[in-house]
Amino acid sequence: MLTTPAPAPDHLAEKRSTVRALLRLWPYVRPVRARLGSAAVIAVLASCVGLVIPLVLKWMVDGPVADRDPSGVWLGALYLLLLGVAEALLFGLRRWLVARPLSAVEAGMRAALYRHLQRLPVAFHDRWASGQLLSRGTTDLMLLRMFLAFPLTFLLVNGVTILVGVGIMLVQDWTLGLVILGPAVPVMITCGIFEKKYSAVARRAQDQVGDLTTVVEESVLGVRIIKGFGRHRSQARAFHELSHTLRGTELRKARLLASIWAVIVTLPEVAIGAALVVGVVQVADGALSAGTLVAFLSTALALRWPVESIGFLLAMSQEAATATDRYFEVMDAEVESDAVAPPGAERPVHRPVHTGSGRLGGLRFESVRFRYPDAPPDSPPLLDRVDLHIRPGESMALVGATGSGKTTLTTLVPRLHEVTDGRITLDGEDITALSREELRAMVAVAFEEPTLFSASVGENVLMGAGDGAGDEELGRALAVAQADFAHALPQGTGTQVGEQGLSLSGGQRQRLALARAVVGRPRFLVLDDPLSALDVHTEAAVEAALRQVLADTTALIVAHRPSTVLLADRVALLSGGRIAAVGTHHELLRTSAEYAHLMSGLDGREDHEGLREGDGR
Amino acid sequence: MTAPTATAPDEAQPDGGGAAGDGTPAADDAFDRDVLPSPPGATGALLRSLLTPVKARVALTTFLLLLQQAAVQAGPLLVAYAIDHAVPALRADDHGPLIALGAGYLLCSLAAGGLQYAFIATAARVSQDVLLDLRGRIFRHAQALSVDFHERYTSGRLISRSTTDVESLRELLDEGLQELVTVILSFVYIAALLLWLDLGLGGVAVASFVPLYALVRLYQRRAGRAYRQRSTAIAAVIVKFVETMNGIRPVRAFRREAANDADFAVLNRRHERANGDALLEMARYVVGSRLVANAAVAGIVLWGAYRVADGTLALGVLAAAVLYLRRLYDPIDRLGMFLNSYQSAAASLEKIAGLLAQTPSVQEPAAPKELPPLESEHPGREVVFDSVRFAYRTGGEVLPRFDLTIPAGQTVAVVGSTGAGKSTLAKLLARFYDPSDGRVLLDGTDLRDLAVPELRRGVVMVTQEAFLFSGTVAENIAIGRPEATREEIERAAKAIGAHDFIASLPDGYDTDVRKRGGRISAGQRQLVAFARALLADPAVLILDEATSSLDVPGERAVQRAMATVLKGRTAVVIAHRLSTVEIADRVLVMEHGRIVEDGSPDELTAGTGRFAELHRAWRDSLA
Repeated sequence: MLTTPAPAPDHLAEKRSTVRALLRLWPYVRPVRARLGSAAVIAVLASCVGLVIPLVLKWMVDGPVADRDPSGVWLGALYLLLLGVAEALLFGLRRWLVARPLSAVEAGMRAALYRHLQRLPVAFHDRWASGQLLSRGTTDLMLLRMFLAFPLTFLLVNGVTILVGVGIMLVQDWTLGLVILGPAVPVMITCGIFEKKYSAVARRAQDQVGDLTTVVEESVLGVRIIKGFGRHRSQARAFHELSHTLRGTELRKARLLASIWAVIVTLPEVAIGAALVVGVVQVADGALSAGTLVAFLSTALALRWPVESIGFLLAMSQEAATATDRYFEVMDAEVESDAVAPPGAERPVHRPVHTGSGRLGGLRFESVRFRYPDAPPDSPPLLDRVDLHIRPGESMALVGATGSGKTTLTTLVPRLHEVTDGRITLDGEDITALSREELRAMVAVAFEEPTLFSASVGENVLMGAGDGAGDEELGRALAVAQADFAHALPQGTGTQVGEQGLSLSGGQRQRLALARAVVGRPRFLVLDDPLSALDVHTEAAVEAALRQVLADTTALIVAHRPSTVLLADRVALLSGGRIAAVGTHHELLRTSAEYAHLMSGLDGREDHEGLREGDGR
Repeated sequence: MTAPTATAPDEAQPDGGGAAGDGTPAADDAFDRDVLPSPPGATGALLRSLLTPVKARVALTTFLLLLQQAAVQAGPLLVAYAIDHAVPALRADDHGPLIALGAGYLLCSLAAGGLQYAFIATAARVSQDVLLDLRGRIFRHAQALSVDFHERYTSGRLISRSTTDVESLRELLDEGLQELVTVILSFVYIAALLLWLDLGLGGVAVASFVPLYALVRLYQRRAGRAYRQRSTAIAAVIVKFVETMNGIRPVRAFRREAANDADFAVLNRRHERANGDALLEMARYVVGSRLVANAAVAGIVLWGAYRVADGTLALGVLAAAVLYLRRLYDPIDRLGMFLNSYQSAAASLEKIAGLLAQTPSVQEPAAPKELPPLESEHPGREVVFDSVRFAYRTGGEVLPRFDLTIPAGQTVAVVGSTGAGKSTLAKLLARFYDPSDGRVLLDGTDLRDLAVPELRRGVVMVTQEAFLFSGTVAENIAIGRPEATREEIERAAKAIGAHDFIASLPDGYDTDVRKRGGRISAGQRQLVAFARALLADPAVLILDEATSSLDVPGERAVQRAMATVLKGRTAVVIAHRLSTVEIADRVLVMEHGRIVEDGSPDELTAGTGRFAELHRAWRDSLA
């Protein structure tokens, strides 16, 4: 079991070139381009200062030292000190210039990601695990910041340093210079081959880490099931296998890295050795001064680091390119446009909003069709021509078999999902003619899964109300939802709940979610099985209070049980993707066998039993 | 349809303690602050125990690095040899030293490269083996820890222990540690070589270590503070991020986007500032250490040049000394980076050590016993709670001492309000917890004496949260009995009424629950969970609110299955809905951790107790 890891949706992105991927960062880098540019220039300067130092050495060895001129020695040392101070300050200046701006770039990209994610369709979030999104908002952005701070600057700086250094060496002695340049081509070829192989293995390792994380996550989230069935051994086996595979991949990665290091270390060293031998011959012949040889070798050794670092700078750039791709996979997903649909010919023109009755008032579903955007296009729609009219002030229960699409239907009203076809109107206005902001201010929802955020109880409930709402509204909403336990919490309604706070039971959370839905006295209320986690007594008390609220609210209530159904004035039966019947509970019990079955659990032929139970006392 | 407000009990009281049901008294906030108590030195002990099995390889790695550095650092020495010996010898027409020089340099280069390869490959084995070990330990330990721990240590923390915290140790092992050893070794080598070349010059170089060391310490302190702030800041960012994405529906429905943007901006800004502070700290350190290093170079060159001019120092020695000096100070920046990764790894390791120091409250038996063979043809077994008392380790008694015997094959319904102790009773029977006093016996055998496989043949529990693992529907059902055939899986699904909806999924039983078209509603998930339990075929079945998301037909199907497929088994059923009680042979009413009523449904309904009242309210609710 559990051996089919869900691959990250990463693979969807086609492989783009490293440079093209990284170029996409430009809009975020633009605001700090001046600082970043100056930092690069300064780094080049600092690096060149480092290259001048050997020249001063040469001057000292061939001049004052050979001439035994003490004042010249002092002067040389002074130059060295000044150059050293300059180098240190320039390096510091470079870091100082980019420290805040680069943190700002990272933060800006993170804020943009968060903003964007909040506005992506719910269907997008259905597909993407929050862990995948989080890793883009943290690790990937950190990689990008590091890329901007080091590889981007230093690929340039090291390139320039190498060119200048080679130039200096060629000017001093072109034969020695050519000897040093010898390994350049083989090293570059090796780097090219390495980059390709390494990026493939690195990507594989990343994905395997993702799979391993999935097993870890699931074994933590499903720990009661694993323990309940005593399956921790098979879970451990899956983990064991995956972590061993990962180890193998990581070792392969390490061997590749070791090979490139071996090449990058050996070839230049051999070249320096060759230059040394040739240099010694030339010095012995008197064709070269000892000072030049010292300077030449110092320069060559000073270039060792820039050359060696190119390997890992390229590897880091590669990783940054992958991170950029991953980031833009999310940023390229389209947000819900909040453009209000133009009041076209077939759409009703904006009319003064009135809660009055009339044929168009209340909540209307007109030929609503819905298919999840990621469902195969040839599959039958989940909702197929739903027609339903909830009159103003009326509450309607929605009943249907498990998986019939009740919850889906409720998400269409606040436009968490968009109808595929047909339309929904609130008091005659098409919901697509309203901005989402307006729409969601009119419609309050309590979900099947009651989610509380890391905030106080009071803040969680008042999220459902406008800005002016205060203790009075809070108290009323808590009373309706029978959530008075909130007052008895350690800090009353100021008690922190959610992931970072006190953990509440399912029933308590459900009641707070209900309070949140009713606190703003919304005109339209959508409740998805709002009482499922409550015990009989609490349920009865909530029902009594809720009836008061529902008296003047237009409401759609998903119900599984007769007790919940009875909150509503009428009941709609959802079956086969359409509304099969509408009527009062008692009417439907008599006329619809399916309804009677859903409410009593008995088959059609046992209808009498069902009716008797349904008719109760 | 009279609203039964009059009968609404004062349930806010037992519920108000709410957390009491979860055993989380506010006093114990070690969990809230995400610091678990660990014995002093636990971090060090953990690190030692991780490194012990790879001791030999660590030694080999160090040895390889020792050789590699020797080969690398020989370069300037050969330069000195070239200038001071090879050149004069060549002028005297002696090619010997030149050939020796060339051969020596070639040898050193090849050795440096080859040893570098061997070193990286060996070091990677060490680090991967340590990580494998650590990942495995965290995983196994997390699985071994009992349910009460998991209830308090939120899944998010456990996941970040085994991912980000392991990751920061990986960074330390992969990059930091190699870096540190390289830096230290090259320091030692170069200092020794300089001293050997010339005592005076070497002495000055070694003296420069004093201010450098002070700088490193200063940086370590200041950067440590900056990094701690940064990690706290990023943790806050992560929590906000995850919470928003996991609760995206309410976020959208209640128009929290703008408010969230503002909240997030504050947290993000705090992290940005902390991040900038840390980077600036690094900048200061780089300036300081470079200044010291470059000043030392200038000083040494001045003195050395003076002495060459005097004739008391060979030119080659000065050249070698200068080459060495640049190498000596090169790795100082990298030392700073090492300190960074060390600091974050130390913090992570401390958290991991805290987790590993937790002992599971439910232990595997040292000498496991077997259940006695079944006496009748019925699969059920007798359950006895023998003077059982239960209190959470953090205090607060949940179940005062009680005795209860459930004969084999009996179906018992447990009712009562939230926080009355129903779930605790079930968890004791499933051995998610062990009783504080007394014993829970299955056919006379203490649950604590049963090994896990034997225990799970005896008792299986289905809970309210029906989590599905990634994989196919069939695989998810097969968790109940991994060796089950497809036929058996389908039979279980049919018996529970889950077959129809599974068959209508895109790939039927082979539909991946995490992939396209794999949307499965809460009720359907509960049906899958039931099929799983059915397949497990246990002697005792516990259902804890396991029907809360099912509709009435679903609930009926479960009841039918219990009456047929599960017949003869011992069952404990906890439900808010009294419909379940209809199939029970016996009802227990619990209140404040005590069993207040015990009898057959008919007896209790006919009486005047709490159950009769509850039952009336329920009949009313059916209207």
